[in-house]
This record gives sequence, C-alpha cells and structure tokens, in this order.
Amino acid sequence: MLELNSVNAGYGKARILNQLSLTVERGKVVALLGRNGAGKSTTMKTVIGLLPVTSGQVTFQGEDITRYPCHRTAQLGMGYVPEDRRVFPDLTVDENLEVGRQPPRDARPPWTPAQLFELFPNLLERRHNQGKQLSGGEQQMLTIARTLMGNPQLILLDEPSEGLAPRIVEQMADTIIKLKESGMTILLSEQNLHFARLVADQAYVIEKGSVRFSGSITELDSKPEVLATYLAV
Amino acid sequence: MTAGFIFAQFLTGLSSASSLFLVASGLSLIFGVTRIVNFAHGSFYMLGAYLAYHLIEWLPTGILPFWGSVICAALIVGVVGVIVEVVILRRIYHAPELFQLVATFGIVLVMQDAIFALFGGEDKFGSRAPGLNGVVRIFDEPIPQYDLALIALGPVVLISVWLLLNKTRWGTLVRAATQDRDMVAALGVNQAWLFTSVFFLGSALAGLGGAVQVPRESINLLMDLSIIAEAFVVVVIGGMGSIVGAFLAAVLIGELNAFGILIMPQITIVLAFLVMAVVLIVRPWGLLGKPDAIQHAGDQIDMPLREASLPGKLVGLLVIAALVAVPYVLDDFGIVLATDIIIFALFAASLHFLMGNSGMVSFGHAAYFALGAYASALVFRHLGGSMELALLIGPIAAVVGALVFGWFCVRLSGVYLAMLTLAAAQIIWSITYSWGDVTGGDDGMLGIWPSEWARSKPVFYYLTLVLCGGGVLILRKITHAPFGYVLRGGRDSSVRTESIGIHLLRHRHFGFAVAGLFAGIAGSIYVFSKGSIFPDEAAIPRSIDGLVMVLLGGVHTLAGPLVGAGVFRLLEDWISRLDFWRAILGTIIIVLVVVAPQGIAGFFHTLAIRFGLAKGRESL
Amino acid sequence: MSAQVNMATTEVLRVDTLCKSFGGVDAVDNVSFTVQQSELLALIGPNGAGKTTCFNMLNGQLKPDRGTVSLMGENITGWDPRRVWRRGVGRTFQITATYSSMTVAENVQMALIARHRKTFSLFSRATRLYVTEALTLLELVGMQSQAQRSAGILAYGDLKRLELAIALAHDPVLLLMDEPTAGMAPGERAELMELTAGIVAERGLSVLFTEHDMDVVFGHADRIMVLNRGQLIAQGDADTIRNDKQVQDVYLGGGSMFAAEGSDHA
Repeated sequence: MLELNSVNAGYGKARILNQLSLTVERGKVVALLGRNGAGKSTTMKTVIGLLPVTSGQVTFQGEDITRYPCHRTAQLGMGYVPEDRRVFPDLTVDENLEVGRQPPRDARPPWTPAQLFELFPNLLERRHNQGKQLSGGEQQMLTIARTLMGNPQLILLDEPSEGLAPRIVEQMADTIIKLKESGMTILLSEQNLHFARLVADQAYVIEKGSVRFSGSITELDSKPEVLATYLAV
Repeated sequence: MTAGFIFAQFLTGLSSASSLFLVASGLSLIFGVTRIVNFAHGSFYMLGAYLAYHLIEWLPTGILPFWGSVICAALIVGVVGVIVEVVILRRIYHAPELFQLVATFGIVLVMQDAIFALFGGEDKFGSRAPGLNGVVRIFDEPIPQYDLALIALGPVVLISVWLLLNKTRWGTLVRAATQDRDMVAALGVNQAWLFTSVFFLGSALAGLGGAVQVPRESINLLMDLSIIAEAFVVVVIGGMGSIVGAFLAAVLIGELNAFGILIMPQITIVLAFLVMAVVLIVRPWGLLGKPDAIQHAGDQIDMPLREASLPGKLVGLLVIAALVAVPYVLDDFGIVLATDIIIFALFAASLHFLMGNSGMVSFGHAAYFALGAYASALVFRHLGGSMELALLIGPIAAVVGALVFGWFCVRLSGVYLAMLTLAAAQIIWSITYSWGDVTGGDDGMLGIWPSEWARSKPVFYYLTLVLCGGGVLILRKITHAPFGYVLRGGRDSSVRTESIGIHLLRHRHFGFAVAGLFAGIAGSIYVFSKGSIFPDEAAIPRSIDGLVMVLLGGVHTLAGPLVGAGVFRLLEDWISRLDFWRAILGTIIIVLVVVAPQGIAGFFHTLAIRFGLAKGRESL
Repeated sequence: MSAQVNMATTEVLRVDTLCKSFGGVDAVDNVSFTVQQSELLALIGPNGAGKTTCFNMLNGQLKPDRGTVSLMGENITGWDPRRVWRRGVGRTFQITATYSSMTVAENVQMALIARHRKTFSLFSRATRLYVTEALTLLELVGMQSQAQRSAGILAYGDLKRLELAIALAHDPVLLLMDEPTAGMAPGERAELMELTAGIVAERGLSVLFTEHDMDVVFGHADRIMVLNRGQLIAQGDADTIRNDKQVQDVYLGGGSMFAAEGSDHA
C-alpha cells in the first residue's frame, strides 16, 4: 500500500532521513520505533508531504507521490494524525470533523459523524464544545475522528499515546484494533513499547534516519540487542 | 453644542466608520489566514477609489451606473489582489514577518507609481451619489442621505461576512486555516486556493471601502498610507482576525474622529492611540482577539554569537581605516554622502538591536530618529543656537519618548507590538505636521547649521564618525554583554527567561530605550547635516527605510545594518533621479525579499563560511 | 553548598488546602501535601486533573484562590515567580524551553548571570562570565563535552539534560519537573531519572515531578500522589498506588501500559 524507497529528507539543509526504505502492507498495523530524533516524525511528515523529499521515491497504492503537495496526497486517501494533537482550538468538535470531510474513494460507505461518535463516545456529549475545551485524551480522539472523516485507506499516527494517561492509552489501543479489524491500514510511530506490542503486527526500528531492524513484534522481542542498542531498553 | 448637533456628529462618525470597517475587515481577514501584515491593503483602498471615480465619470449618471461602478471597482481590486497574492506573496508565506512586511511595502511603492501613471497626480473630487444627493433633517440638523446609506452598509457587510465565515464550508475551512494551515492541508484541502480566495475577498472589501468614499472625500495619492495607519489601529483594537471586533473598533475610531475633531482638530490620531493603548493594556489581544495560537515558525534558528575571528578583526580595522580616510579621498559631494551613510548606519543598527537581537519588530522606529532631530532643532532655535547643547538634548528627548511609548509596546509581542510602534510613530508625525506654530508644520524648520568649528564638510564628517560610528560600536558591545544576551534570550524563549528569575519586561523596556537613544543620536546629527528638518522624517516611509536597510544587510548579521545603510543610500541616491523611482525601488525590494532573504551581508557571510573564513552552524 | 544541608529529614514544602478554580470549575480542590528533603515525589493523574495548575501555584505563576504554600517554613503564597525562584524553587518544562541561538554553556551562563544579578551589565562580555561554574553544572548532567555546541541543534534527550543543568544553576531546594521524560525512548527515560535521583542524593534537594509513564513513576519515585478532578485521591508507595482500585479506575486502567510488579527498574 505504501512504499518508501531510499528516501532522503529533512529540514532545510539538515538531513534527517537517510536512505530510508520501508513497506506497509494493506490491512496491517506497522509500528515505527526509535529514539527521539531518530526520524520517526520526519518520516510521517515526509510521507504526507509536509516536508519535501530530497531524493528517493514514495509510492502510495501504486502511484508515485514523491513530489505531491500535502493536500493531494491526502485526497488520494492518506490520513495524517500529527504528534501534538493539533485540533483546531476555536472550532467546535462538529466543525473540526467538517474540516476533515472528503468524498469517499472506494465503494465502502463514507464515515459519518454519527458513526464516529459511536467509535469515540466521549466526543458525542462534547460535540458543541470548542477544541481547546477538550482534555488531552479527547483531543487525541478528535484528531483521529477528524482524519477518518476524509475516508482514508491508510492512516499515519504520530505518537498516539504520548502524554496520555495509561487508561486512555488502553482505549486508544482498542480503537486502533477496531480500525484494523475494519480493514484499515495504519503506520504509527511510538516510544511506548507496551502500546506497540498491543496493536502492531510489524515493526521497523529506525536510528539516524535509517532502518536498523524490520520484522514482526515477536521477532523484535526476541532480539534484546536491537532493543538495547536502538531503544536503550 | 445642541443635542441635535451632537447626534449629527454621531451619525457622521458612524458613516465614516463604515468605510473604515470595510478596509479593516479585509486586512483582518487576510492577516488571520495568511499571517501577513499587508501594508499594500491601503493601496487597494486607494485603487478602489480611483477606479470607482473614473468609472462613475465615464458612465452616464444614474443610480445603477453609480453602484455598478462601485461594485465593479471592488471586483477589479479583488482581482488585482489575487494577482499580487499569486505572483508575490505566495512565495513568502514562510518568510519571517519583517520580510513580508517589507515586501508588501514594496507593493505600496509600485502601486503608487502605477496609479500615478494611470490616473495622474492631481486631487479628484467625485460628484454626489445619484438618488442619494439630498439631505434628511434629523433634530433639525441636515444629514446627507449618502451618509445614512453608508451607515447601513457597514452592518450589512458585517453580517454577510459573518455568515460566510460561520455558516459555509468555505468559512469553516478559512477559520481552520487561521488556526493551523498545515493541518488543513494535511486533511486534503488545497490551501493555496483557500488563501487566494481569502485574498480576493479581503482586497475587494478594501476596494469597496475606497469606492464608497468617492462622493465624500477627495481622491489623492496620499490615501493609501493615511488609511493603512487607521486600519492598523482598528484591527489591533478589534483583535487580529476578528471581524466583529473590527466593526466595534471601527465605530469606536469613527466616533473618536468625529468628536475628537471638535476638541483636538488634526491630531485625532493621538486620541486613537490613547484608546488603543488603553485597550491593549486591558486586553492585550484586542477587544475580541485571541492569544496567538500559532508560534511564529517562520524565523529560522539563529547561530550563537561568536567573537570576531582574526580575519574578521582585520576586516573591521580596514573598514575603520577606510572611513577615516574618506575626507582625503572623496570630494565634498562624496563626503556628504558618506556622512549620510554613517548616520543611517547608526539608525539601522539601533533598529537591528531592537529587532534582530531582541525580537521586537518595530514598524515605527523613525519616531525616535525624528524626536532626536526635532528636539535638537528646537533647542538650537530657542536656546541660543548651540549645536553642542542640541546634540545633548536631542537624544535625551528620544530616550524619553522611547520610555513612554516603550512602556506600552514591550508589553506586547509580534504583530501587536509592531503595530503599536507604528501608531507611536504616526503620533510623532502628526504632532510635527500639525503643530505648525512650534515645528513649522509641513514647511519644517530651516537654518539649523552646525557650530562654526564643525561647519566644514570634513570636520562635520569626523564628528559624525565619532558620534554615530562610536554608537554602532557601543551597540555591538551591548549586544555581546549580559544585557544584550538577556534580550536575545527573551527573543528565543520568554518562558525560560522568566523562569530563571529575570524580569524580562523591565529589560525589554530598557532595551527599547537604548534603541531609541541611538536612533535619537542619529536624528540629532542628521538635522545638522541637512540644516533642516521636515515631518517626513517621522513618517512611515522613513521607518520602512530602516527596515529595508536592516533587511538589505541581513537580519542575522551584526555587520548587516552597516552594509544595508550603505547600499540603500547609494541606491536611493542613484534611482531617485529617475522617473518612477518609487516603482523601481519597490520592485528591487520585492525581488530582494523573494530572491535573497538572508540579505547582502548574510549572503557574503554564507560565502565566507563556505570558504572557511568564518565559523558556521554545525550540521546535525 | 546551600543553607539547607544540615536540615536533614526536614520538610521542604508544605501545601495546605490549596484551591483554584477557573470559570466555576475547581481545577485544584483542597489539596494538601508535604515534600521532604531528598525526596523524589511523583504527582500523577488523568489529563486535565489539575497537575499543571498545581505546579503553577507552587512556583508563583498562578495565585491560589485559597490555601497556603510554605517553603522551608516560610509562607510564599502569592509571591511572583521570580521571587519564588530566588528562594529556591526551580522548574523544568514539558516542552523544553532553552535558548536556541546560544551555545549549551551560554544557556547555563545565562542562569548564572541572572542568579548573580548581572543582567543589566552593558559592557562586560557575557560569554566570559561564570565559565567554570557553568562547566561544572554541565559536567554534573554529563553535557560538558557538548558545551560549545549550539543549543538549537541538540538531540531531545540532551535538551532535557541541559534544562536540568539550567534549573540547578541557582542551587534550588526544590525542583518542579513537568513530564521530564515525555517524548523519550524507554531507556532514555530511565537514564534521565537515574541522573536526577543521583543529583537528589548528592545535593540533598527535593524533586516533585509529573509523569504519564508508569514505568518511570513506579521505578523511580519515592512516593506517589494521585490527583483526579482537582482532588488528591491517593498517595503512597508504588505497590499501594498500583493496587488502589480507585486509581486503577480513573487512571491506570487494566495495567497493560506498564511493567508488572517486581520487574521495576532500579
């Protein structure tokens, strides 16, 4: 579904991604692991098109999206949930969802606010509240719901568990598992191994912008040297 | 003053508020989404007025042709706005605020000459609006029908824009983009077209504001800068990005002007400033504004200051030697030009200290230059013609002014601070312009010559070199001192600065005064170098000159202001002899911002790093 | 090093019936606790439980509606943040706040310049002041080798350590740390907390920190307090908190997000 081929990218002259290659298969949840600064968020931003690719190739559903601007990639069916819960603070929950609305891209019925409120019951009672009035957990739910309104086929989730209470992180894990069961493909970046183990099928460990390990989560757990070197566990 | 007269005055205030609201709402809308403080917005207003005037003259008289012309003018201005956005502004959305501002000022210059070339320079007086050329008697006072129509127009536009923003998908997207534009793009919205459409609406509103003024005001080439200062005041009072706030503030300023003119004619801007200052102290983001949610990511990270390397010191010594040698090498004309350059180098350096090092972008630094100049001129005139005393008192006056205005300004940040500084400069300008008995008004003050001993060109040059060149060196020293570092730190992170126990506000206030002091020194010397002083020295273009000099030199280089002042004065000296020099200068400014945002000195600094002559940023 | 050295086992901070509400909502509701010297105390709770509000009242950024805050026996309620800082309360931030256009050493020197009240000095060279002291502090957090690098290009974990050095520059008796390990890899989290614990032991200062990573909290805190909807609902050691039914309900959840009992760090 998504393929990165020897991608170099970064901010200005600073190169963060270094010949990064990875593949995300349809229907899988893939975790991107690594220290802070390893290039996880940069990977996400580069794929969605918020950062330019200096060399290499990004393909999404067979289409070369390397040079696409952000909105075009999104319109192709890629959703992006940024790491710092960027809800629109002055817009209500309903309006936040409206901004995310895009026409469906395949035969499946499009997401409606009603369905999303079923998936995230906390949001229903707050639908007329402004984004800034929500708690951290609710904001994280809203950014995911808002992305779903675009009927994506792949979602990029940047550190979904960061800064959330353990109980909320568990809810988040449940939601991701439900989405996976509905056929969604997800690429997520994580620092929280407990969380990654719960939801991910596959893992890439990256360091200094390159892949150092790839395989299933169980394979990763059987390699203490990888965990120790790149995740300092 | 009868009750009827007061009511009539009140209605006059409301009707002028309408036009002001149209302009300000467009400015606010554009700022909200693009984060660009658009100086050229006043030019759109002026263009709207000219277009409407000529369309009305050209078409047969009648109600339909009149309003048709007004609407056509607004639409054409909207299209011009779109062209400006697509051709220029789209390229600089991620540039620092200063660059954007200067670029839009370049557009102002180009538009001034374009309108002059198209429509001529003489004032124009529009005929009254057909069908609305009578008066209505209210409490026995004659009220023009047209004013009543304008009073109705304001709320109609307010409601329409409000509905557009709050009840349509387009409006929801615009409001979302105001808060986080990258996120809107990541959700699949083509923000380029969203921005362009906002620009169309905003510019058309400015054009409409200008067009409806045709039956009320004379149309002239000064309309752009006079409306923009007022529109800034309205937008700041109302709260950046708030349309309802802009309406309330426009009414407030409209009424203030209507009644202020009875009490303090000509200097109603002083009243407006006082109101603005009070509002901002009670509500730092304006009546209905919100704290700026977005951190300004435009500014790139600055490198740590390094002590000058040996080659750097040698270059510095060479420059000083060359400056000392000037009177031996150049003729009188050259010496005068060099004197000018050194004066403006100090002016630019003081602005750079405020802006580059301390992060307080000032749109009105000319205020302190002019305060120094006028105070010196007045001391010279009234206290026995002593240049020495004048050179002492001038800078003191500038410091006092900077302390007073600075007290308000340093409490704000970013665009709000910049606009308050602009308003402060407008006050100084309007005082020098209107207080004719003391300042000579538009005629300025003449015959302010140096003392006998300093009258020869070379001696005066050396005096300038010691005072202004010395000023530049002292500013540099302060930049490297703990005080300079505190301001630098306050620019990087105010949270950190406060949390290590530093009273940042107090330091910023003092820093503002330091910048004012050195601008004042430059102004004091300037008045003696020219022998005269005019209100122009306090006007917006002078403040922008300073910004352009800093920009030319490069914001992130300490040597920048010096290089910038030199290049700018030489350039100005050369092109001011040409026709359409404004358009040429404006084009140069725009090209510079788009092509070489690091400035000339920054460009050479990058070169020096490449050739290993200077230390650069480490790579990651 | 500082006045409190020989006051072992003393109470550093006492918070008594602290209250703060915003628009009718009680953000902090009748909270009382104490912090002992050399204690590493964690304050945990759901997002929006009032932890940050609580911190803001302790360091003077917010004035409480009711209640008192006493530092070393002195009532500091309502003092402005600079005065609280001078009296010995340091703070690090969840989102790092450092001077990106200065070197690592200059960042620490700035804190020292502020401490010695040299901030209005106009003509000395800032970079030549308090160099040795700055390097000593950087050594303490293991950053001396990076002293001359620009802070703007540091790795995240190093920024956190730099913040720690800055906070230590005025020799605080109490350090407030807002989610000190947020955004770090698991191992880095443990390293930073071990470093902090070492400094606590060596200097006899006290640390109060908020955190969402329960491995960090259960592994490193001497004592844990749980805040929910502005109220303290539990306090005690790791076992007590882990097994508290109410804490599980409102905050910990089913326990899948932290290592099981007995497999803690340290």
